[in-house]
Amino acid sequence: MTDSKYFTTTKKGEIFELKAELNSDKKEKKKEAVKKVIASMTVGKDVSALFPDVVNCMQTDNLELKKLVYLYLMNYAKSQPDMAIMAVNTFVKDCEDPNPLIRALAVRTMGCIRVDKITEYLCEPLRKCLKDEDPYVRKTAAVCVAKLHDINAQLVEDQGFLDTLKDLISDSNPMVVANAVAALSEIAESHPNSNLLDLNPQTINKLLTALNECTEWGQIFILDCLANYTPRDDRESQSICERVTPRLSHANSAVVLSAVKVLMKFMEMLPKDLDYYGTLLKKLAPPLVTLLSAEPELQYVALRNINLIVQRRPEILKHEMKVFFVKYNDPIYVKLEKLDIMIRLASQANIAQVLAELKEYATEVDVDFVRKAVRAIGRCAIKVEQSAERCVSTLLDLIQTKVNYVVQEAIVVIKDIFRKYPNKYESVIGTLCENLDSLDEPEARAAMIWIVGEYAERIDNADELLESFLEGFHDESTQVQLQLLTAIVKLFLKKPTETQELVQQVLSLATQDSDNPDLRDRGYIYWRLLSTDPVAAKEVVLAEKPLISEETDLIEPTLLEELICHIGTLASVYHKPPSAFVEGSRGVQHKRLAGSAGSGESVESPDAGSAAGASEAPPAVIPSQGDLLGDLLNLDLTPPTTAGPPPPPSSGMQMGAMDLLGGGLDSLLGGDLGGSPAMGAGFAAPPAAMPASFSAPVSSGLDDLFDLGGGVGMPMGAYSPPKTVWLPAMKAKGLEISGTFARRAGVIQMEMTLTNKAMSVMTDFAIQFNRNSFGLAPAGPLQVLSPLSPNQSIEVTLPLNTVGPVMKMDPLNNLQVAVKNNIDVFYFSCQYPISMLFVEDGKMERQVFLATWKDIPNDNESQFQIKDCHLSSDASSSKLQGSNIFTIAKRTVEGQDMLYQSMKLTNGIWLLAELRVQTGNPNYTVCLKCRAPEVSQCVFQSYEAVLKN
Amino acid sequence: MIHSLFLVNASGDIFLEKHWKSVVSRSVCDYFFEAQERATEPENVPPVISTPHHYLISVLRHRIYFVAVIQSEVPPLFVIEFLHRVVDTFQDYFGVCTEAAIKDNVVVVYELLEEMLDNGFPLATESNILKELIKPPTILRTMVNTITGSTNVGEQLPTGQLSVVPWRRTGVKYTNNEAYFDVVEEIDAIIDKSGSTITAEIQGVIDACVKLTGMPDLTLSFMNPRLLDDVSFHPCVRFKRWEAERILSFIPPDGNFRLLSYHVSSQNLVAIPVYVKHNITFREGSSQGRFDLTLGPKQTMGKAVESVLVSSQLPRGVLNASLNPSQGTYTFDPVTKLLTWDVGKINPQKLPSLKGTMSLQAGASKPDENPTINIQFKIQQMAISGLKVNRLDMYGEKYKPFKGIKYMTKAGKFQVRT
Repeated sequence: MTDSKYFTTTKKGEIFELKAELNSDKKEKKKEAVKKVIASMTVGKDVSALFPDVVNCMQTDNLELKKLVYLYLMNYAKSQPDMAIMAVNTFVKDCEDPNPLIRALAVRTMGCIRVDKITEYLCEPLRKCLKDEDPYVRKTAAVCVAKLHDINAQLVEDQGFLDTLKDLISDSNPMVVANAVAALSEIAESHPNSNLLDLNPQTINKLLTALNECTEWGQIFILDCLANYTPRDDRESQSICERVTPRLSHANSAVVLSAVKVLMKFMEMLPKDLDYYGTLLKKLAPPLVTLLSAEPELQYVALRNINLIVQRRPEILKHEMKVFFVKYNDPIYVKLEKLDIMIRLASQANIAQVLAELKEYATEVDVDFVRKAVRAIGRCAIKVEQSAERCVSTLLDLIQTKVNYVVQEAIVVIKDIFRKYPNKYESVIGTLCENLDSLDEPEARAAMIWIVGEYAERIDNADELLESFLEGFHDESTQVQLQLLTAIVKLFLKKPTETQELVQQVLSLATQDSDNPDLRDRGYIYWRLLSTDPVAAKEVVLAEKPLISEETDLIEPTLLEELICHIGTLASVYHKPPSAFVEGSRGVQHKRLAGSAGSGESVESPDAGSAAGASEAPPAVIPSQGDLLGDLLNLDLTPPTTAGPPPPPSSGMQMGAMDLLGGGLDSLLGGDLGGSPAMGAGFAAPPAAMPASFSAPVSSGLDDLFDLGGGVGMPMGAYSPPKTVWLPAMKAKGLEISGTFARRAGVIQMEMTLTNKAMSVMTDFAIQFNRNSFGLAPAGPLQVLSPLSPNQSIEVTLPLNTVGPVMKMDPLNNLQVAVKNNIDVFYFSCQYPISMLFVEDGKMERQVFLATWKDIPNDNESQFQIKDCHLSSDASSSKLQGSNIFTIAKRTVEGQDMLYQSMKLTNGIWLLAELRVQTGNPNYTVCLKCRAPEVSQCVFQSYEAVLKN
Repeated sequence: MIHSLFLVNASGDIFLEKHWKSVVSRSVCDYFFEAQERATEPENVPPVISTPHHYLISVLRHRIYFVAVIQSEVPPLFVIEFLHRVVDTFQDYFGVCTEAAIKDNVVVVYELLEEMLDNGFPLATESNILKELIKPPTILRTMVNTITGSTNVGEQLPTGQLSVVPWRRTGVKYTNNEAYFDVVEEIDAIIDKSGSTITAEIQGVIDACVKLTGMPDLTLSFMNPRLLDDVSFHPCVRFKRWEAERILSFIPPDGNFRLLSYHVSSQNLVAIPVYVKHNITFREGSSQGRFDLTLGPKQTMGKAVESVLVSSQLPRGVLNASLNPSQGTYTFDPVTKLLTWDVGKINPQKLPSLKGTMSLQAGASKPDENPTINIQFKIQQMAISGLKVNRLDMYGEKYKPFKGIKYMTKAGKFQVRT
């Protein structure tokens, strides 16, 4: 007597048979028939033809039959909307039933029927159920609001369900609170700026109370919601942490990880010297370790998150290395993650153990795992200097095994070890060369070629070795070709006499017979370098290489911060920002870790602030010429280096190359330049790090062109404050910088005058911004074309974009800048007028304006007086318009002109303003409403500045 | 939230689908099948798979893949924990969680899934509550239902659903009041070639079977609570009391449940109850290998080591093994190269051993990999960490319950490298 009987069919045809049974008079038979229908449905059979017959069974007192019919309805109502309407009456009646189970069931099912006609009837019952006396019904109704929102968002807003839902956060029953939070979070996901979950200390307190009493799932919703809150001060964050820590002992791992997220985030606010901070760090380790004893799927998610946590706060798990040791029957995805974390935790204290383990892993069966283990040994050598020797000998042992993929991986990592510790382990080169023939993977071949080229003077038959590679040049991958080209040039520079033929051969292969532009360009660069100035060539090609960094594969810090705020989510599993995700997150707000206010990490005063900026952005980040060249030479090896500039885009490379070449290609470009200003404009916003000396002649012309265009294009122009001295010569070894900001033709620009007040020539200028409130960043390198001789001044315009990393500054419009030249790096901070960030499409529709004005809470309104302004309202309006402050409407009441104005910031924040001008009264009143009230002060300053100039 | 659920069997057929929101075509599982094909072993299928429009989060239990489909950002652990709960519930209801059992009870399964999630939000996942809503199928009930026409769906709102103790129903009555606690510890360890411990840790649980009338309030105290510094509790345990006094105080759920699980980390000294002497060698050039294995008890506090089972994945080059066990039986599967030796009990006076030769393919070179030896065992009446319950008291009810506590130590992932 099992349900499998429902799957058996008869000859007559299943549907026919079922139809007859559904219309039977006998209750029992009916129920059995519905069960058969459901059984067919579960295996994906289409039983929608039975819709009317099944719906007829709905009017029943039998709860099981009712539930079964509801199950059917949910599945098929969409395909039969007209029929589904038949069910509405029963639903509405059931919502009034004395049994709360039935009321809840009805409202729950109605929400699942995604048919417009039905949703209209749903509103009234839902409203009642949201206020039902029984909490079971209320909590079901809360979820129903989310369902309805998914079907018809407008309806939910119009009916005011969102407000009712917000009220439920204060419900007396914790389960209702949890469901309300869950529903609001889901709705908020599709409305990123709706401010639905208005978190303030009172609501936080309610949530924390409910946290202790609701179900495990509710706890997850509440914790995830708490993580979005920003505490006002360190005391508040400590008290929240204290109330969240007990969740670390929960049996449900999802609760634990959500709690970890809240703690990791709020911990940032705590001063490091606080006792509690240390206690908290200690408390975080055990639950994370426990997660690793769970099922492998849970382990995997936990490990991905631990990977983030370890990068942010290595101290938490530094003593727990052993739990990451791999068991031989762990699934492969767990093994690989564990290995990653082992390397991150490796230190001088535990390196012996780690190496012994890694060596063990290198003899396992799984190829992917073995490869990663070998690579890990190399990473340990680079990370822990004391272990380098042991690592190298371990790698040599592994090479002796002659297992093909082990040998190849070992050679790739040994190359990195050579770069990290030059002139230390070259004695092993002989052993490496023995394995030359077994290398068949591009990465390993390229690594080996690099080694041969780099140490050509110590390898007697280097020319023969390289020549052997050259035979199949065209069959090699680009990576190997580029490497081979560079290696042979190196060889030539070291042993010019014997290898002239070889170098000519490779240069002609690269420049004449190849379709690959990168390869051709590099070939031409070398060719011209070698033919014009061999000494310079030597300096360039054999230049000292930048060191590779110790930590490899680190996640970029801003991304890491964002990911820490999303611990436990898909984003944290994929190590990608949430914005890169499925449809669900249609515009997630970027979350940042809040710095601690009092801990000395971020300091108020600009001087100290820029010092902090210095430590965050080490000079290496600013691309200097040497680095770029180093990169050019070693780029294709993909060394695991995080220092050093990003690879120059190939357009930059190409231009540089053409310029060097002169000749035919050059004229081709030159001709284009003269004829087509469009192209000039395209180039004039230089994409990124282009070596200054390379691009000089071409882009100077372009720049002029562009400057001219900029000047003409904006006759009225946005307001731009006069230049002020940002960096006095006293503080910058003779370099004086004065400047201002402007917005011209939609482009934000930083206009600077650089003056050399020192006795020596200044060259190699570069600029870098610290993170700032609106993500301002240079859109290209600083174009200082000729060296700046003593007592010379030069005007420089730096176009900016707003796609840089964001960090809230105080004041909001503060910008910290680092400027580098051949003498030193200097830091200063300046403030930009916020009006520069008002975009051109900041004019709001009248209707939208009215609605938005009403929608923004009055708390966000602020007022401000502008004194001694003698413009008429029209003049003000046109003046403001020049700075992208648009007047939408004007109203005159009792001699007072009211101008309604809107503007939009580059990050999409709208600002609404009301400007009151009384004739004869020089004092204006500005009234400002914005969802982000903290910008108001800056906006007022801009108003005043624009109107008075 | 969780959009849909597909159940996939070992041969890659979808045998059940359930949608909590709109219907997602089962073709979404193609991405899962692709990953399944790529994986060398069934358990190597990655738990999170992204597809252009959805994410698939899966767990493998009882040789069934439970594949959840999600569309928006949902914590993956939340989904995995929920899937585990589904598996547990099926097991609880049908005794086993197999394809056959699920197909046999497909309507109950459907009702359960509908009750567990609403629009992707968990609704009722406590087995106590579910059992009040949907009665588990029993032969007797099926018969009675067919005769009387009554149903197996509860008509009343489950009492526990909204109370502060959602895990316990009201009105529980027993004629024999009893409470049993099992302290079960598993040792996970890696032992290296030379016999020294690389890492060893203990995963412990206290499982309870409580059949007590009314609303009993229990307290459980330990002789050495300091051992428990890393614990996860059942929601019924009052955390504050534990923090302050190191006493477990709780109103228990009715029936079987896991009161707490704990972890004794590798930083503490963990006793290793067995040792292995091994000599597995292959000589270069010869097609023979030697196999020699002896087991012995180590730190067992005088308790017997029972149900010992040794297994090892021998290198691929091994064709066959001819071995001689001093006790128990061994098998060698020439296809999977898995050697298992069912030892039974270890007699400290006469240590069990397995000796003999392995034959290799003629002319093949000596295998690179060293086999790892996996050991399972049980030790009754002992918790290897030394954890001991001090006393168990009951408040809130008048009767005198029968109380019992059992200890057991098992091997978890206990591996010896050679």
